[in-house]
Amino acid sequence: MFRIIERRGWYFALSLLLMLPGIIYMIWSLTTQGHLLPLSIDYTGGTLWEMRFNEPQRPTDVREVFVAAGYPDTTAFTVEDDQTIQVKFKNIETNEKEQIQAALVDRFGEFDERSYRSIGPTIGGEVSQAAVIAVLVASVLILGYIAFAFRQVAHPVRFGVCAVIALIHDTLVIISFACIMYLIAGWEIDALFLTAALTVIGYSVNDTIVVFDRIRENYRKYRSEGLSALANRSIVETAQRSLGTQITTLLSLVAILVLGGATLQQFVAVLIVGIISGTYSSIFNATAFLVAWEERSFFPRTSTATPSSNGQAALA
Amino acid sequence: MRNNTFSLAVVVLLALAALYIVLPVDHPAWLERSLSRDPEAPRDLMDLKLGLDLRGGTQVLLESDLAEGVALPDGAMSTAKTIVENRVNGLGVAEAVVQNQGDNRIIVELPGVRNPDQAVETLRSTGQLEFVDPAGSTLAQGMIINTTNHPNAVQTAQEGGLVDPSSIPYPDRVFQTAMTGEVLRDAIAAPDQYGNWQINFGLTSEGSTTFFNYTSSHIGQPMAIVLDGHVLSAPTINAAISDNGVITGQFTQSEAESLAVQMRYGALPVPLKVVDIRTIGASLGQDSVSRSLRAAIVGMIAVVIYMLALYRLPGLLAAAALLCYIVFNLAIYKLIPVTLTLPGIAGFILSIGMAVDANILIFERFKEEMRAGRSLRLAVETGFSRAWPAIWDSNLSTLITCAVLFWFGNTFGASTVKGFAITLAVGVLLSMFSAVFVTRTFMRSLLAGTAQKSSTSRSLLGY
Repeated sequence: MFRIIERRGWYFALSLLLMLPGIIYMIWSLTTQGHLLPLSIDYTGGTLWEMRFNEPQRPTDVREVFVAAGYPDTTAFTVEDDQTIQVKFKNIETNEKEQIQAALVDRFGEFDERSYRSIGPTIGGEVSQAAVIAVLVASVLILGYIAFAFRQVAHPVRFGVCAVIALIHDTLVIISFACIMYLIAGWEIDALFLTAALTVIGYSVNDTIVVFDRIRENYRKYRSEGLSALANRSIVETAQRSLGTQITTLLSLVAILVLGGATLQQFVAVLIVGIISGTYSSIFNATAFLVAWEERSFFPRTSTATPSSNGQAALA
Repeated sequence: MRNNTFSLAVVVLLALAALYIVLPVDHPAWLERSLSRDPEAPRDLMDLKLGLDLRGGTQVLLESDLAEGVALPDGAMSTAKTIVENRVNGLGVAEAVVQNQGDNRIIVELPGVRNPDQAVETLRSTGQLEFVDPAGSTLAQGMIINTTNHPNAVQTAQEGGLVDPSSIPYPDRVFQTAMTGEVLRDAIAAPDQYGNWQINFGLTSEGSTTFFNYTSSHIGQPMAIVLDGHVLSAPTINAAISDNGVITGQFTQSEAESLAVQMRYGALPVPLKVVDIRTIGASLGQDSVSRSLRAAIVGMIAVVIYMLALYRLPGLLAAAALLCYIVFNLAIYKLIPVTLTLPGIAGFILSIGMAVDANILIFERFKEEMRAGRSLRLAVETGFSRAWPAIWDSNLSTLITCAVLFWFGNTFGASTVKGFAITLAVGVLLSMFSAVFVTRTFMRSLLAGTAQKSSTSRSLLGY
């Protein structure tokens, strides 16, 4: 029998390591900037304007026009090629936009408006609030559902709590990823990030349930075995399925990432990281946590000298 | 096995029916009519409905702009919605959507509008109602004309979007404004004693004199009621009118109510401000469509190859079930109808992976049962029944997150988030059907044809 669960100390350590960048960023950002995350205009309000010029333009030149028009807090950068420029600045009214547009045409000639978004700060605030509510409601509903679905086994609430711990882990891992990508490539957390996060939560729980379901089934079959042996057995039995599913899902996602264009790139990248993390956490966090809880030992000493035959006796 | 032959026939028929709906051919009129709630406007089944981010267009969220402490009058937002709706129709934008959202917001979607900034200004401007003298020309509802007070109405409408040229019979004429909406005190739609809908209107004391002077000198002639250059109605003056009057005609209830609302509140009952506006250029939308289509095809082929390599014959069956699944999905998008957005397509591609998940769960179980030495038939049946609780529980948790996402998207007009939630939810539901009903039927039909456990079946079935 594989001894997977016994090495849980390492998994927990790895998970902490993966979550750390996000946690450090959030603490740093809160103390120095006054907000937790690099949020996009979806949550803060503002304007994002993507335009494609007939000739390559330097973002600094485009920014100059905005600064001259009285918007000093403007950032401009290229997307995809050097003819397409994205500008981010504060929320404006239609007539203000028309003035800037005239100034831009004056300097660079006619351009194609690829996309334009301007959102007021009150809406942004409401969206942030609803996003928090959405994540909390989803977590509570899932916790309740799992406790209900696993009501026949001992301690059904533990199953729910462990699934939720796994999904908090996954959320923190994708936040880490998002913060790192913000520092490297300027990615921001937008409404689609929330969508990705909730999807990852759904997937993570989906994976966790498949393992838990096997534990539930084996629990009836092999009552004499301890939980850690049951967990090992269930992980091994479901491993092929978890891998199979993960690979098919990732195949589809990588296809979108490579071929799908810039609009969806961040969304899909977050999904990919989250889904890998979800499968990892369902085995190495949720299930390991369940056993740790049962045995009241989170970092068992794995003695290589005397491996117990059924992997049951982990020393505290 | 007769039972299974029946199931197989059902699967094949359903797949053919779905395929027929999906194909971009002309569908019989009775089908398109029966799918639409409004018998006047049968649903077009030709193409999938694309969201603004794929076809290009503008979405605006308008909010009542009242001073601090001023309460919103009852029904003001639904009235404002009706007026905005009429203006949108006036812009001539096809398939525009106007909806109330929350207590004090209106969301407007304008697909393919050419000059979005101007269109938005037209929507939130305070309109002006006029009574216009047609001076011998025939004016009818839906026409756009220039008037003394709005000498550029035709030009504005043409710049705003796609206007049917037949609604502008007099592009170069300016009609004489006889009175403005200020003469009206109120206007109410009500049925007469025979049940025909009409509009009863009352005039202000100053208005009575003006109205009487004009109507008494134009008896027998038509008079056009015009809002911002759009002709709402052109009734004939039957008698001189002062104090109160009636407009009769072949009105339906909703037409009469809409006309009364516009006469009453030619101007919006509350000022509106833009709190969220997004415009997607048509070129970006077109680009997104072709790219995501390519991604979907490549993703699907990769999944099919993977399934074949890993599960051989059952993998082939799963691939066939997957094709059915895709056709069912697209058919449901057309039938509901689901408006496809870019994240919606991502949700769909994601659900392809998901649909395969259920199959993988079943096949892994099936392999286990075969290794445990069960007969082929028994292994198939236990494979399905053992895998079911896991499929059900895990899909239900995804549906829970979809419901939360849908709520979030709906509250804020984030149609992208909503689109993703809908396609993922439809995908999850269909994937259960496809894995359990379609794949199982295929497997059973295959079993009926093959012999028991043998070395060839072993390599074919891949256990």
